[in-house]
Amino acid sequence: MVRPLGFLVGLGFITALVLAIFTTPLSNEHNATHDFHKHPKKLALASDGLVPHWDKQQLQRGMQVYKEVCSACHSLNFVAFRNIQDLGYTEGQVKTFAKGFQVPSINPDTGEPATRDGLSSDHFPAPYANEVAARAANNNALPPDLSLITKAREGGKNYVYSLLTGYQNPPQNLPKELAPSTGLHYNPYFANLNLAMAKPLSDGQVTYADGTKASVDQMAKDVTAFLVWTAEPKLVTRVQVGWAAFFFLLIFTVLTYLSYRNIWADKKH
Amino acid sequence: MSFPWAKQYQPQHPLMQWIDEKLPMPRLVYNAIGAGYPVPRNLNYFWNFGVLAGAALAIQIITGIVLAMHYAANAGVAFNSVEHIMRDVNAGWFIRYAHMNGASMFFIVVYLHIFRGLYYGSYKAPREMVWLLGVVIFLLMMATAFMGYVLPWGQMSFWGAQVITGFFSAIPVVGEPVREWLLGGFVPDNATLNRFFSLHYLLPFVILGVVILHIWALHIPGSSNPTGIEVKDEQDTVPFHPYYTAKDGFGLGIFLLIFVALTFFSPNMLGHADNYIPANSLSTPAHIVPEWYFLPFYAILKAFTFNFLWIDAKLWGVIAMFASIALLFFLPWLDSSPIKSSTYRPMYRIFFWILVFDVLLLGWCGMQPAEQPWVILSQLGAIYYFAHFLVIIPIVSRIERPLPMPNSITEAVLAKHATDTSSASATA
Repeated sequence: MVRPLGFLVGLGFITALVLAIFTTPLSNEHNATHDFHKHPKKLALASDGLVPHWDKQQLQRGMQVYKEVCSACHSLNFVAFRNIQDLGYTEGQVKTFAKGFQVPSINPDTGEPATRDGLSSDHFPAPYANEVAARAANNNALPPDLSLITKAREGGKNYVYSLLTGYQNPPQNLPKELAPSTGLHYNPYFANLNLAMAKPLSDGQVTYADGTKASVDQMAKDVTAFLVWTAEPKLVTRVQVGWAAFFFLLIFTVLTYLSYRNIWADKKH
Repeated sequence: MSFPWAKQYQPQHPLMQWIDEKLPMPRLVYNAIGAGYPVPRNLNYFWNFGVLAGAALAIQIITGIVLAMHYAANAGVAFNSVEHIMRDVNAGWFIRYAHMNGASMFFIVVYLHIFRGLYYGSYKAPREMVWLLGVVIFLLMMATAFMGYVLPWGQMSFWGAQVITGFFSAIPVVGEPVREWLLGGFVPDNATLNRFFSLHYLLPFVILGVVILHIWALHIPGSSNPTGIEVKDEQDTVPFHPYYTAKDGFGLGIFLLIFVALTFFSPNMLGHADNYIPANSLSTPAHIVPEWYFLPFYAILKAFTFNFLWIDAKLWGVIAMFASIALLFFLPWLDSSPIKSSTYRPMYRIFFWILVFDVLLLGWCGMQPAEQPWVILSQLGAIYYFAHFLVIIPIVSRIERPLPMPNSITEAVLAKHATDTSSASATA
């Protein structure tokens, strides 16, 4: 009974699929965006690969770029000031750095909303009070939070670096419907080619404390490195612990293999 | 039940004797996975995956319980609480990544376990119940994994929940009310997240219960083996402990090495970038793709693009997707060949490997956008999938002429060693 019924059911599915094959067009609609969209450029960082480390100089430069450029529109909600000790700052430096920010607070006498100096335990304050304020200030576009940005985009750090350095004039042969409309800017690394964010970096925009020349490429690399750290501050620890676990298990596996061979030595199988 | 030559539990220590009289739990373990369980001597490495699936379940339960201590199942803070685990909880990143990749490892070993069963005919009499319970476990795993993926409340969590609960709305008349009842609203929201968390915590223990039944049902006939010939006498078997505990220990070592490499060196490889964006009901991701372990079924769902008879394409897809798993329940009766092992089934073996390729192809297609050639490839893949189980297997099991088989497991083992030694001496 099972086999004839199964045969009928199978025949039903197969017929539906065969009809589906014959009714589905074999060619795809041409998507002009694909022709102009570019794959991200590769960015090599010290935190890559199987023996990563943080290039603290670079992360400090990257944080400077974030603070002086990106933070005008983008929040960094998941990062606390205390976390930047990872970048090589002392506890004292962190306190001073935090003090430079005003964070939302409550007036202890009146209960009215107020602000106070930042503490190490505070997170980076957001540039806008809420999404409505952010959109109102940005032509109805919402600048995303940057804490996780290198994990939250296909292509990760390569994408962020490419986008920051990818602003250019639209190519001559760009179809009219793909040309940037008012308030949008052409960037072939962005999924639909035009984004609301204007070219954020220009040469010499920041003055690096360590004397590094602040070219657009340099600043893009540095801030991307910083954002790799903000997305996963535990990245380096993770890989280091991974090697310890791996070698421990390797020894475990060799020992279990030897005991397996030993136990089976007299048994044919 | 066991074979008459199975070793009996004889506690030496007075304490163990005392326990054995009051509650013979050690005896149960001894007979289940100790020296009291005789197992065919010829099992190959593909027989490791049952134990590995058990280990994966244990890892998921342990890491999951710890995660639940720090996670907050509330749509307003769920995403932030996961980041809190990643950043502020001691070793939280490890627990979370282990749980996330543990799900993938669980599915990898379970898929290998299922394909082992398909190749060696483990679903056939007298082990049909073991297979049926196995399919139940597989279904429970899929439900658990789906609900777990919703919990971080990222974009893919939200839209995955939207798409998968949307399957129910394909059912005529009652579909939409059922979907709303399941979600607790019109779209996934706080009510959905809370109930999914509750069920995600419950189902692993249900799985554990069915695993116990699965092992119980296995111990009635005893383990199968690569020849498919049933155990005849004592020399066909070895005690589970120490022989297979040692072998499984080695298998566990390899499993953990791969697990560790994935978790520590490339923890996001099998995930989606979109799930690091907080859930947003107003912004649909360009590509909604389920986790890799659902991809073959997702491809089957998307393969149906034609309204055939009075059923529309979407409903066909949903029915076919559920049928693609449900048909596994009938496999022991679809395949009427008395020969279990593919080693002696020359025709079935060929179709088995086509099925392996087919499922991989479907998985690949499931990942792609709804464009050609992926649509036609998933349609062809789905045709083969259903044809394989519902048409080819019943026919092949009728017309196939099996290869000559040895009389017993021991004979097969000794014959293998004879050829090994002669070929070894020939080369020497």
